[in-house]
Amino acid sequence: MKHEAILETIEAFSETTLIADPARIVDLSRYLKTQEGFLRLSSVTAVDWHPSEPRFEVVYHLHSLDKNQRIRVKCRLASAADGAKPQIDSVYSVWRAADWYEREVFDLFGIEFRNHPNMTRILMPLDWEGHPLRKDYPVHGYKYSYPSDK
Amino acid sequence: MRTLDDDHVRTIDAPSAEPETPAAPRRMTLNMGPQHPSTHGVLRIVLELEGETIRLAVPDIGFLHTGIEKQCEALNWQQVVTLTDRVDYLANLSNNLVYALAVEKLLQIEIPPRAQWMRVMMAELSRLNSHLVWLGTHALDIGAMSVFFYCFREREDVLRIFEMFSGQRMMTSYIRIGGLALEPPRGWQAAVGKFIRGFPGKIDEYEELLDSNPIWTRRTKGVGFISLEDMLDLGVTGPMLRGAGLKWDIRKSEPYSSYEKFDFEIPVFPENDVYARYRVRLSEMRQSARIVTQALEGMPEGAWHADAPHVVLPDREKMKTQMEALIYHFKIVTEGFRVPAGEIFQCVESPRGEIGYYIVSDGTSKPYRIHMRTPSFGNLQSLPVLLKDVMIADSIAALGSMDFVLGDSDR
Repeated sequence: MKHEAILETIEAFSETTLIADPARIVDLSRYLKTQEGFLRLSSVTAVDWHPSEPRFEVVYHLHSLDKNQRIRVKCRLASAADGAKPQIDSVYSVWRAADWYEREVFDLFGIEFRNHPNMTRILMPLDWEGHPLRKDYPVHGYKYSYPSDK
Repeated sequence: MRTLDDDHVRTIDAPSAEPETPAAPRRMTLNMGPQHPSTHGVLRIVLELEGETIRLAVPDIGFLHTGIEKQCEALNWQQVVTLTDRVDYLANLSNNLVYALAVEKLLQIEIPPRAQWMRVMMAELSRLNSHLVWLGTHALDIGAMSVFFYCFREREDVLRIFEMFSGQRMMTSYIRIGGLALEPPRGWQAAVGKFIRGFPGKIDEYEELLDSNPIWTRRTKGVGFISLEDMLDLGVTGPMLRGAGLKWDIRKSEPYSSYEKFDFEIPVFPENDVYARYRVRLSEMRQSARIVTQALEGMPEGAWHADAPHVVLPDREKMKTQMEALIYHFKIVTEGFRVPAGEIFQCVESPRGEIGYYIVSDGTSKPYRIHMRTPSFGNLQSLPVLLKDVMIADSIAALGSMDFVLGDSDR
């Protein structure tokens, strides 16, 4: 696999991981789908490495039915200086499966996907504050979600 | 004076956002769920109807979100097994299995053949359990009530076997990191054998009950079409794809836990409708019964857990006589074992499709991150496409044929 967006290739536990340039993730995705046959986007998720930097890793798992092969693509995202949400381009235009997968990452990690058709929360209530899977979010939450507690 | 009835009519008759033109029929927005019986759990679907035809279906999930992935980060590696049970409560053993396989890869420990075969047998019994619940409730949705009683009769047998093995009917946590939770109980061969010998005949019973029922065939044949391209693009996996003619089963394509040693087929039906999905699951039950029979007959002798004293709890007897065993026991129970840093993605074929656990370890005794790629989440995503331009009555059949579990999709 050769593409300018691939910064590094790692082999571990007989799995291949590509570290990709977040600015060119859509290019790379389209290349992997059309040229390398990765028809399925199996999952999208993220890992929070708080407090180290770059703080977030967005992780894509791709699967090729023809080659019976799986691959992992990772993009490292630094947290924005002013507390704004880190951003990356949505791969919805390549795989429609990214719709809910990216919404889940947005909901639980607070990473925004640009050009996503409907960037809203999916699992947590729409008016929830904070992003639960971030490492600085306590397991018990900040407060109970009942309206009477406000 | 406004009555409750007026209010009710007003809410469901609320006009949609789309401007009304005289040519276009009037649209009505109807809320289905979250307590609708045919959604099997708490799924809400907002339907936009033209007469009885669904023009737009917007699923709303998250009612059963319990933050399992977050909770995993607060428990030690072995404790997480109990949470994996609760992700997909109809295929708990598949979830146990995928988690155990992933962590064992990181730990690089070898599982003895007996434990591997036992895991296969339990996973297949759990597939039977899940498909039985699906068949019963799906038939009930479409109006064939008696099938439900037949299916739950056999499901009870499976649950009794689970109880015999693990002491639990549903949340078994039987597959642990390093092997199994307990030694297989005395007399398990007789119990499993009795059930599995009679089971193929029971499948014939369901088939007869449904296929000779003209209402069932008319309500399922040709209903619930969704193209294979759409399904692959939207992240659908499992029996939905095999009901559309795609021969893909992770048990065959990426064998785990010695599935390669078993002789079974992947049932495929090309019709791509509710009936084809029913045929796929029915045939899968027959294949699962074959696998369980083979596991029963060819069960290897030997240890039921890995030779890894730093991971597996020692025998009670050894704890009382050997100091090392006591020390290991103390270490495992108090701080848990450490898993070398690294990341892994492990998939298995659950009754609903592809479960993939992505696990990141930072070398401590707690997981750093566990992501569960669950089949119901991907499958539900295809719902707007599946229900587009479908009659409301058919939507119940189409929905049921997906076989989702909301705990699985919301986690």
